[in-house]
Amino acid sequence: MSKLTIPVRKFDAVIVGAGGSGLRAAIQLSEAGLKTAVLSKVFPTRSHTVAAQGGVSASLGNSEEDHWHWHMYDTVKGSDWLGDQDAIEYMCRMAPEVVVELEHFGMPFDRTDEGKIYQRPFGGHMSNFGEKPVRRACAAADRTGHAMLHALYQRNVRANTQFFVEWMALDLIRDDSGQVLGVIALEMETGEVVAFHAKATVFATGGAGRIFYSSTNAFINTGDGLGMAARAGIALEDMEFWQFHPTGVAGAGVLITEGVRGEGGILRNASNERFMERYAPNAKDLASRDVVSRAMVTEINEGRGCGPNKDFVLLDITHLDPATIMKRLPGIREISIQFAGIDPIKAPIPVVPTCHYQMGGVPTNYKGQVVGDDGTPVSGFYAAGEVACASVHGANRLGTNSLLDLLVFGKSSGDSVIDDLKSGAIGLKELPSGYADRTLARLHRLNTQTGGSNVSETRLELQRTMQKHCGVFRFKDMLAEGVAKILDIEKAVARTEIKDKSQVWNTARVEALELDNLIEVAKATMVSAEARKESRGAHVRDDAPDTPANPNGRDDVNWHKHTLWHRDGNRLSYKPVIMKPLSVESIALKTRSY
Amino acid sequence: MATSTMQFKIYRYDPDKDAAPYMQDMSVEVDYSIDRKLLDILTRLKAKDDTLSYRRSCREGICGSDAMNINGKNGLACLTEIKDLKQPVVLRPLPGLPVIRDLIVDMTQFFKQYHSIKPYLINEGPRPERERLQSPEEREELNGLYECILCACCSTSCPSFWWNPDKFVGPAGLLNAYRFIADTRDQATNERLDDLEDPYRLFRCHTIMNCVDVCPKGLNPTRAIGKIKEMMVRRAI
Repeated sequence: MSKLTIPVRKFDAVIVGAGGSGLRAAIQLSEAGLKTAVLSKVFPTRSHTVAAQGGVSASLGNSEEDHWHWHMYDTVKGSDWLGDQDAIEYMCRMAPEVVVELEHFGMPFDRTDEGKIYQRPFGGHMSNFGEKPVRRACAAADRTGHAMLHALYQRNVRANTQFFVEWMALDLIRDDSGQVLGVIALEMETGEVVAFHAKATVFATGGAGRIFYSSTNAFINTGDGLGMAARAGIALEDMEFWQFHPTGVAGAGVLITEGVRGEGGILRNASNERFMERYAPNAKDLASRDVVSRAMVTEINEGRGCGPNKDFVLLDITHLDPATIMKRLPGIREISIQFAGIDPIKAPIPVVPTCHYQMGGVPTNYKGQVVGDDGTPVSGFYAAGEVACASVHGANRLGTNSLLDLLVFGKSSGDSVIDDLKSGAIGLKELPSGYADRTLARLHRLNTQTGGSNVSETRLELQRTMQKHCGVFRFKDMLAEGVAKILDIEKAVARTEIKDKSQVWNTARVEALELDNLIEVAKATMVSAEARKESRGAHVRDDAPDTPANPNGRDDVNWHKHTLWHRDGNRLSYKPVIMKPLSVESIALKTRSY
Repeated sequence: MATSTMQFKIYRYDPDKDAAPYMQDMSVEVDYSIDRKLLDILTRLKAKDDTLSYRRSCREGICGSDAMNINGKNGLACLTEIKDLKQPVVLRPLPGLPVIRDLIVDMTQFFKQYHSIKPYLINEGPRPERERLQSPEEREELNGLYECILCACCSTSCPSFWWNPDKFVGPAGLLNAYRFIADTRDQATNERLDDLEDPYRLFRCHTIMNCVDVCPKGLNPTRAIGKIKEMMVRRAI
């Protein structure tokens, strides 16, 4: 195998992924005149950023007083103090600038009567350090992600960015010193495998929500960046923290934005009770997502769910003015009609918590540089967006901070590439011998496997296992069992078989290669979750209950730290949370309530 | 469980092994308590036969990947109700574009036309510190335009686009052209109108309105094209 060679293409920078963060990074690099390649499994406007609905946060204060410092406080609190405060300060301070910039790029934001960007309330967005809800989510109706992704793509058309559309990156190229030298990628149309040799590699590959059976995520969200990073010896951070969005359409999993509650929507149980008043007396339906999801599951578990199987709750906006719904929430009305068969103007929408977002990922600093276990940058390697863990979301992400993350860290990672090229910190090193061997061996194995396991069955088993063993509420014994089951499924993944051997647009091959990435994410998640013996943010387990010593089950003495999962040896290490912000005082640990 | 068998006739072509395209009969068990959309069934078909090839991603009608010709009409598989479909369900790739494989077409020409209208805001004025102001009424002009998902259902249902895909911008591109013309923040209206004032680029539209009929987002490219024509007339007076 080692004698096989593949074509090599050379670039200053290669960006993997063309969703919000990849496109934002590409604007920096293209406008700086760097020779940049952007690889994407799908045409850029088909990336999953397109499905974001409710808004992008920034303390513009267009409708009422707001301040980035309040935004920072909310984000730290939302993260259950697991977020790094330097990165959180950076993101919240940068927010007004990057959102205004996006408006200048052509983003069709809704407007206030004064002509400014329209802002709506959202879960966990509060004024004056947690006092009362504030309008901070900048919105284009309930299609903010779509409008943003298209505006960013359009800006790239203007900047003449070079795209490689429908190319799937397979593996990271790293030399013995650990420097990253690009990626090996597969052109889907031809089956050709090519090395993209670059001074800088930016991962903007998005999340891996497809490890769960019930997910708001697109089919393409298979954690390709995480799989590539893990195989190349990069540890994955805080992978036990997965956000279950409170309002996925029951049965279909399709997202209904929190913006619905921002506009006045109310969650109700079988007896029509506004149950969030009992769980979050202050923020009510606009508490943080982990809090609302747990409340919903508790209602269902205690027999107060709706429907013949009492397995969902209702999201009610029938009391809103139909004109408001048509103007501010036209997309969710369409989705409700399409996927729930009901018109929300007339009847409430059946919803259940649904896997939505991965808080963990490839460890980075706030400049978008990937960092090793000791916090020093991995030379030539950058990451932004859902694949990255800066960490701004910690144990639970606030709604609309995901789109903000894409803009801020897409831009900062691009700027870091430019700075590191200028300073000479990175340059084009020679490709190490045999750099493509492992990838080609993997492809060869897949092409020649006989009597192997079926890709869609194995994937389904993985997804059902994650759903059952690592959901909204987690149980000690189930987690331990889950680890064993996932390691078993890994054996099946290692011997997947495809019937399709064509070189042309072989989607069976792509799905098998995606499964290679999903299994790495599933292992990282399950092993990290099993080990964390506390409840924090989205990770809540039965053996870490609410006690006076550990309110909400959070154990700061032993567990106020980031998890690092290492693929090699399937082992864990830990690193401290950065409590020191860049310019303001640290936001001290405190019990979280809404 | 309400299960039954659904029958399909699907366009198949793999240039690696097929001399010519052919229609294949396929069938699959459907569970009506879970399955609702055509994409759910394609997923089931693909689990049975992994060589069946099509694009898909978001499965909620916002990414625009899974456009195809369904019983003779263009649409998105993820938004097509299965209970409304006449069987056998005939699935073909979008018409008028070269087929790469099965239901996957080469969209190069479609995107080339989209790119040709300069689909980005042009405003060379100094960048203000804050957002450029736009009244809610001015912003409302963009409704029905900015929501385009570039699925190509419209352009590939348009006979004018079939005949002149290299010269006629097509409904999707023209809808997007008007999206920028209608934007009060854009300063290139005249250049944009100049660019379209051409016997082919705009004026191949003969208001057949197939585009309106098939748009899965309920948009109306014909109306946008009419508005562009109106502006040209007003400009000429």
